[in-house]
Amino acid sequence: MSDIRFTDQHEWVRVEGDVATIGISNYAQEQLGDVVFVELPETGKTLAAGDEAAVVESVKAASEVYAPVSGEVVEVNGALEDEPGGVNEDAMGNGWFVKLKLSDTSELDKLMDEAAYKEFCDGLD
Amino acid sequence: MRYLPLTDTDRQEMLGVIGAKSVDELFRDVPEAARRDGLVDLPKRQGELEVERALSKMAAKNVAAGDVPFFVGAGAYRHHVPASVDHLIQRSEFLTSYTPYQPEVTQGTLQYLFEFQTQVAMLTGMEVANASMYDGSTACGEAVLMANRVTKRKKAVLSGTLHPQYAGVVHNLAEFADFALETMPPVMPGAAEDIISRITDETSCVVVQTPGFFGELADLTPIAEAAHAKGALLVAVVPEIVSLGLVTPPGDMGADIVVGEGQSLGNGLNFGGPYVGLFATKQKYLRQMPGRLCGETLDSDGKRGFVLTLSTREQHIRREKATSNICTNSGLCCLAFTIHLSLLGEEGYTRLARINHANAVKLAEKLDAIDGVDVLNEAFFNEFTLRLQAPAKKVVDALADKGVLGGVPASRLIHGDPSVEKLLVVASTEINTDADRDAYAQALAETMKEVL
Amino acid sequence: MSGMNKQGRPTSFAESGAGAERTTFTGNKGLELEEPLIFERDTPGACGVDFDEPEGYQPKLGKLERKDRIGLPGLSEPEVVRHFVRLSSKNYSIDAGLYPLGSCTMKHNPRINEKMARLPGFGDVHPLQPEQTVQGAMELIDTLAHWLKTLTGLPAVAMSPKAGAHGELCGMMAIRAAIEAKGEGEQRRRVLVPESAHGTNPATAALLGYKVDTINGDGNGRVDLEALREKLGPDVAAIMLTNPNTCGLFERDIIEIAKAVHEAGAYFYCDGANFNAIVGRVRPGDLGVDAMHINLHKTFSTPHGGGGPGAGPVVFSEALAPFVPLPYVVQKDGVYDLIETEDEAKADGTTPFGRMTAFHGQMGMFVRALAYMMSHGSDGLRQVAEDSVLNANYVLASLKDVMSASYEGPCMHEALFDDRFLKGTGVETLDFAKAMIDEGYHPMTMYFPLVVHGALLIEPTETESKQGIDLFIATLRDLVAATGSNDKERFTGAPHFAPRGRLDETAAARKPILRWQPEMPAQAAD
Repeated sequence: MSDIRFTDQHEWVRVEGDVATIGISNYAQEQLGDVVFVELPETGKTLAAGDEAAVVESVKAASEVYAPVSGEVVEVNGALEDEPGGVNEDAMGNGWFVKLKLSDTSELDKLMDEAAYKEFCDGLD
Repeated sequence: MRYLPLTDTDRQEMLGVIGAKSVDELFRDVPEAARRDGLVDLPKRQGELEVERALSKMAAKNVAAGDVPFFVGAGAYRHHVPASVDHLIQRSEFLTSYTPYQPEVTQGTLQYLFEFQTQVAMLTGMEVANASMYDGSTACGEAVLMANRVTKRKKAVLSGTLHPQYAGVVHNLAEFADFALETMPPVMPGAAEDIISRITDETSCVVVQTPGFFGELADLTPIAEAAHAKGALLVAVVPEIVSLGLVTPPGDMGADIVVGEGQSLGNGLNFGGPYVGLFATKQKYLRQMPGRLCGETLDSDGKRGFVLTLSTREQHIRREKATSNICTNSGLCCLAFTIHLSLLGEEGYTRLARINHANAVKLAEKLDAIDGVDVLNEAFFNEFTLRLQAPAKKVVDALADKGVLGGVPASRLIHGDPSVEKLLVVASTEINTDADRDAYAQALAETMKEVL
Repeated sequence: MSGMNKQGRPTSFAESGAGAERTTFTGNKGLELEEPLIFERDTPGACGVDFDEPEGYQPKLGKLERKDRIGLPGLSEPEVVRHFVRLSSKNYSIDAGLYPLGSCTMKHNPRINEKMARLPGFGDVHPLQPEQTVQGAMELIDTLAHWLKTLTGLPAVAMSPKAGAHGELCGMMAIRAAIEAKGEGEQRRRVLVPESAHGTNPATAALLGYKVDTINGDGNGRVDLEALREKLGPDVAAIMLTNPNTCGLFERDIIEIAKAVHEAGAYFYCDGANFNAIVGRVRPGDLGVDAMHINLHKTFSTPHGGGGPGAGPVVFSEALAPFVPLPYVVQKDGVYDLIETEDEAKADGTTPFGRMTAFHGQMGMFVRALAYMMSHGSDGLRQVAEDSVLNANYVLASLKDVMSASYEGPCMHEALFDDRFLKGTGVETLDFAKAMIDEGYHPMTMYFPLVVHGALLIEPTETESKQGIDLFIATLRDLVAATGSNDKERFTGAPHFAPRGRLDETAAARKPILRWQPEMPAQAAD
């Protein structure tokens, strides 16, 4: 999918219309290991790019998930609260965290595309 | 030195392997200005006999509670601890084990922590409890911090029933962790405290002690309802855990967090520590809880086992975002608590509570009959307050001279408040006999005559 | 169960292809006995105490009498004793073997200390007895305070903190109080913490509302003095530094660090967790430390007790001494007095910042620590530091050819290795540690400090004999050699011979079960 963008903090964002779906990358879920808990924001909350959007925890680590772009939270993936393992099973799909109503589409331009992100991750190992 | 196994021959051989000429060489990273060649100015090593002699001499200068008629409480209580408790906690495998970070070889510690958590939840009438805090007072401070996190508010209301030193701990935290406090004045037994009118939309929690500092029992239900109506939490503080064998637990009265002092079960007075802080709450607040938690799981063979869990709340993982900076718990004191409560069981624990209450009621009647002495409490468990017609401190000192430890003058803990000067807080547990009560009544009657 | 642990690999014997094991009908294995929860041992009617029902009184409980049963199980005394003895047999302990947990100082716990703490004159004394009846207790606290001040070269000490982290809180509160007294409270809001610090340091600073600012290391396990200088400024309240540090190294630039911190108007908090390495040889007061907690359960051998209780007195420099919290003990003409109120403190010339806890601190731990100190004396304590450092360097020298030492020696009381020596073996730090359990050793500290990859931090302490350490070294060398063989399962399936195999921590965290419930089906020993 060409419309997907990544941050150097391993969040991804996919845009459909003016709604951005946000999650963590496959690389990130592998680094974390089994996800045991996900804390999601309340819908209606407004986030600026770089704000803490969610928290994801494994047994021995906790990481903040930052909003890659600004916008208002319109939906959260409540299924993760009961089955946090969904992040491991399908990080790039059903394991999404929040949907934001975009306030500034130009912010997307600052993020990496899939090829650039892959190169970025290769550089980390 | 008897605890140091290396011999000089060993040391020389080891230095050879390391490739150093002397031990001094191993300390070469210490800046020269800070290296000390000689010994510090303290006595040299002593044998076990000498150490025992010196410390026994120091200990003998104190009046041990067991040697006199003893009625002191106010947050620490003298109970009979069965001999098997101390025997079991001194087993090497419990005493000299570390925090159970390697669960495969610390199932003993983990299982008793799981049993401890269950017992604390059961007694307090709450859903979950942690594996203990330092003591009741610090648990109380942590409860307020947790209520602030849960409600995202920064103002707590402290009842005048709260132990003044517990209130002191919360005050200290409020000052440094930057939240607001409203503290009610001491509330005399039988008097009503209008704490409900102080609860606002900004209140994170109301902290009430039961039994109160002056021993009075009160129904917390109306306070819980009022707090919940404003979105605030009720923190109930239980300073004497034996009370819950006879008294309605705070969980049944709507408390959201229950903290307490567990010293009464399994643990001695120890001049104030180590004790064991109890901390229980509702399942829904679990992730905001401070301290260690032990949980059940399965091992690789499918056998039940226990592990420390939900550690991402804690400082060693979450660092500056942790729910608390606490690192230790009161491990061995929890174990003593759990063994003692296991020996008591339902029957023993509830009967122990009834004996405590009966002894306190009998003592209160006896003392109330003395001229110049009035019992203030309407309802109490094993502790009540006397109003004396003389300063309580003076009376307690005179009683001590007569060989009776008669209680805690309220003025020792509540400073600069003339209204408490003549109040004496008196506790009686199962250790007290008819002879103790007679000795107390006689000494108090004599003292009152002398001071009046 | 999936049979997969959190590392995602099979952990059961069957699934990992190891040979089938003969099982017993009971689940017991000789001396290794299974034991259900105490709640599952309930025999209604049984009781472990004998009390007579009280008579001849009218209850005065108001309307607050408990109505429901609590649900506690009933057991006789022998049943309770057996339950806990069986549980104890599932624990590793320092009395049973070498316990090389870095940063934890698992040393011998002399039993004379236990005996002294149980003297009725110490153990059976109430904190609020009249002061004239507890002169000996205050004398003990004052004597211990004197030893701590002398050993650290600092003029004041707060005795009441209940554990190391509580001591950190106390020390940082005194620092903030001193800053506020100078009118700089609004301005100084930042605390510097090295990346290698214990988690309690940033957690403590954050609790006091400080912004935690991480200082990078110099790449050789120490603080980078220049990086620190760049971070210092008029908004810095304090630095929190462990010395010897968590990599087991002495901070060579410590005096310059303290000087730079003081020149910037900030204070130096030292985490005293590793005092064992230098006790009797180096006084933190000579290094420029303003406040330092002392873990009595580490350096002064009060037992760890499966995770507590600890004790964390904090020593203070002249600059911070006036702010020590209430209460404290003073002595005049041989009479001891407890300063418990602000008025008393004012008369004594101090301005305490407040109170850390009810009562006066961990008296039971004070007695044990003082017994330990008196036994060693000034000469024995110096020997403690020397032997602990010697033992650690001996381990480092004897293993560095086969395990990857993170830094050049000499180290102090602990030796740090990382996982480079495991590269390409398919064995990770965790597996290596778990294999040590099968060999009869408690693992070293793993994955801490965070500054090296897959850390293995070994602290043998001074109470291990050369013979014992030689055997430990030989065992580790055998294990390292085995990582290169085809026997990976020795590590990835370990422990094979412990009371439990690896536990599923993921399941425990996803669906927490934190207490026994009556309706829960009994599923004890199978």
